[in-house]
Amino acid sequence: MVESILSLLTLLGFPDWLQSVIIIMLKIVVILIPLLTAVAYFTLAERKVIAYMHVRIGPNRVGPRGLLQPIADAVKLMFKEIIIPHGADKALFLFAPVLSMAPALAAWAVIPFEAEMVLAQVDASLLYILALTSMGVYGVIIAGWASNSKYALLGAMRSAAQIVSYEIAMGFALVGVLMAAGSINLGEIVMGQQGGFWHWYWLPLFPLFVIYFISGVAETNRAPFDVAEGESEIVAGFHVDYSGMAFAVFFLAEYANMILVAMLAALMFLGGWLSPFEGIGIFADSWLAAPSILWLLVKTSLFMFLYLWFRATFPRYRYDQIMRLGWKVFIPITIVWILVIGVAIVAEVGPWFAAGVAHG
Amino acid sequence: MADLHNYTINFGPQHPAAHGVLRLILEMDGEVIERADPHIGLLHRGTEKLAEERHYLQSLPYMDRLDYVSMMSNEHAYCMAIEKMLAIEVPLRAQYIRVMFDEITRILNHLMWIGTHGLDVGAMALFLYAFREREDLFDCYEAVSGARMHAAYYRPGGVYRDLPDAMPRFAKGATKYHSADEIARLNDNRQGSLLDFIADFCSRFPGYVDEYETLLTDNRIWKQRLVDIGIVTPERALQLGFTGPMLRGSGIAWDLRKKQPYEVYDRLDFDIPVGTNGDCYDRYLVRVEEMRQSNRIILQCVDWLRKNPGPVIVDDHKVAPPPRAEVKSEMESLIHHFKLVSEGIHIPESEAYAAVEHPKGEFGIYLVSDGANRPYRLKIRAPGFAHLAAIDEMARGHMLADVVAIIGTQDIVFGEIDR
Repeated sequence: MVESILSLLTLLGFPDWLQSVIIIMLKIVVILIPLLTAVAYFTLAERKVIAYMHVRIGPNRVGPRGLLQPIADAVKLMFKEIIIPHGADKALFLFAPVLSMAPALAAWAVIPFEAEMVLAQVDASLLYILALTSMGVYGVIIAGWASNSKYALLGAMRSAAQIVSYEIAMGFALVGVLMAAGSINLGEIVMGQQGGFWHWYWLPLFPLFVIYFISGVAETNRAPFDVAEGESEIVAGFHVDYSGMAFAVFFLAEYANMILVAMLAALMFLGGWLSPFEGIGIFADSWLAAPSILWLLVKTSLFMFLYLWFRATFPRYRYDQIMRLGWKVFIPITIVWILVIGVAIVAEVGPWFAAGVAHG
Repeated sequence: MADLHNYTINFGPQHPAAHGVLRLILEMDGEVIERADPHIGLLHRGTEKLAEERHYLQSLPYMDRLDYVSMMSNEHAYCMAIEKMLAIEVPLRAQYIRVMFDEITRILNHLMWIGTHGLDVGAMALFLYAFREREDLFDCYEAVSGARMHAAYYRPGGVYRDLPDAMPRFAKGATKYHSADEIARLNDNRQGSLLDFIADFCSRFPGYVDEYETLLTDNRIWKQRLVDIGIVTPERALQLGFTGPMLRGSGIAWDLRKKQPYEVYDRLDFDIPVGTNGDCYDRYLVRVEEMRQSNRIILQCVDWLRKNPGPVIVDDHKVAPPPRAEVKSEMESLIHHFKLVSEGIHIPESEAYAAVEHPKGEFGIYLVSDGANRPYRLKIRAPGFAHLAAIDEMARGHMLADVVAIIGTQDIVFGEIDR
């Protein structure tokens, strides 16, 4: 399809550089539109799933079975006034949502949806993602500071401390993955897991897998680590003074990040687009065993569901308890497990670290 | 060196965890509370003063609106004070009905408490589970009084009327929201009398409490948030005037139902749970156990009420109106009825204090009469007031998130504190 568009553009007389710009733009649109739709419907799914866990019905008024609810929410938010509080730093106040949204979307550039289906084939894509997800916290800090509100400032400080400490645990978990795969390219990490369910990294890296996802929950400020917005303590934390679209952008960024963390977990630990039925005799030639984006989406949805499940059931941690969990539990475990993996790689344990799987 | 000063935060009156209109001025060093200054009075309605202008029966519905999550218990103390001054003996059946509804009210209150406490600490699901059960209990309120919350069911001399023989049911047939099957299912346990419905509820309720406990009691996060938070020593609890679960959580087995039994509590079999550490977690356990004990009491009352029919209000028509049928046929009854509703009860010059073991603690009514048909003075002893006064002591040195847990554990309702 790319070729046909290219030939069309050549026919119309576009110069080469403009052609590649147009192609990249189109690819961005092709990623962003489903992503933002997913974000919108993730909010509906969240409300529905939590509602059923709470023996309620959830939104069911707008459209059939409430399916138009996200649209109605978006329209409402767009028509609301963006109130800039008295004494707020206007420029930073408006810039903060952008700063939290931009990295949340930019990170998707290097996510491979299938073997060749990726916007930018970056060698160090894992590093790129790590860098961008840590950028998001600046949006939170700036929002909290620029609001000129005590609640918002508390939220921002909590968020900064939390993200900084969980970034480390998360980073170490990723070190384990890159050691196992021998690469920091997401596509190669997935390919390193070929061979079916038992060959995926969740098994040898199980502690890292759990810690990665929990850190991901903390990193995206979701329950039970949602102290940065802690409804019952500091009302809404850093975005307490935001309204209308400015608030909506924070919201979109949070959900885009959640989907990102879920997808990364699927890519790094559950074999991405590889089929769980790979290598099982009876499925050998059917579509079930073939790698496809479908598997990636199923695995991502699984993690997204976990997010909602956590939120519906767990009480919220206290701020200092989160810090303790991050520094005194997660970081030591990850460090120990990295050593274990090092030994396992040298000893070429199991199907995962056998010579020649990914380490050239 | 820079000029250091504490961070002052205005917590409420519009705050998701302020339980109504609590306004706390928090002075904080970072996240640590240096001082918590509760400001009250935002829900002050002048109940005590209003009562001086109304005859005794007219003030009764105001009692419902004091602590608006444990309505009938408030009425109970008020009726007991009047009965004390008039030296009336309440019929035994009425006493059992009152005790049964007191305990239903206790469960109602504790369900509200566990839901909001959970919500404060971040556990959302519990709130809705608790409200599911509250719905059934509100139906019991509605069945006896017609009102789901502000019942005005207890009257001086007994209760307004006997328990209904048939539990109200949902109308048959499908509606826009429920299919006919669903409605039939909702009506399943409403086929018998109110007592059957309550007995059915009591058989289900311990299972529900188990459900709450699986969500919370052993949950690591829940324990981390509650254990060793807001510790009150037994000595301090007494000095601060704590009552109810707040006092029992500190390890003092003080319960008016046992220590100064009123109505028929001395004939019933139940236990008083006490804590050991006086922290939020102990108070949580005490209240959860109280729900189970209330369930026990209700079952005993249901059993007794099934076997023993009888009058539910005194036969003294200077206090309680005569039956409707008599009013229609007898001149004297008509006059009694007219005098009672227009002029009300006259209470001889006297004073009395009556207290009940309200779900939140000792709820007392102090009445002074100068012989008129309305009180000279009504003083309400609200348990929550003494508890809230201790918030500074309980919260000092803890973190912001703990203040929310402490407000939750105090089970604050502003209707009674501000009166």
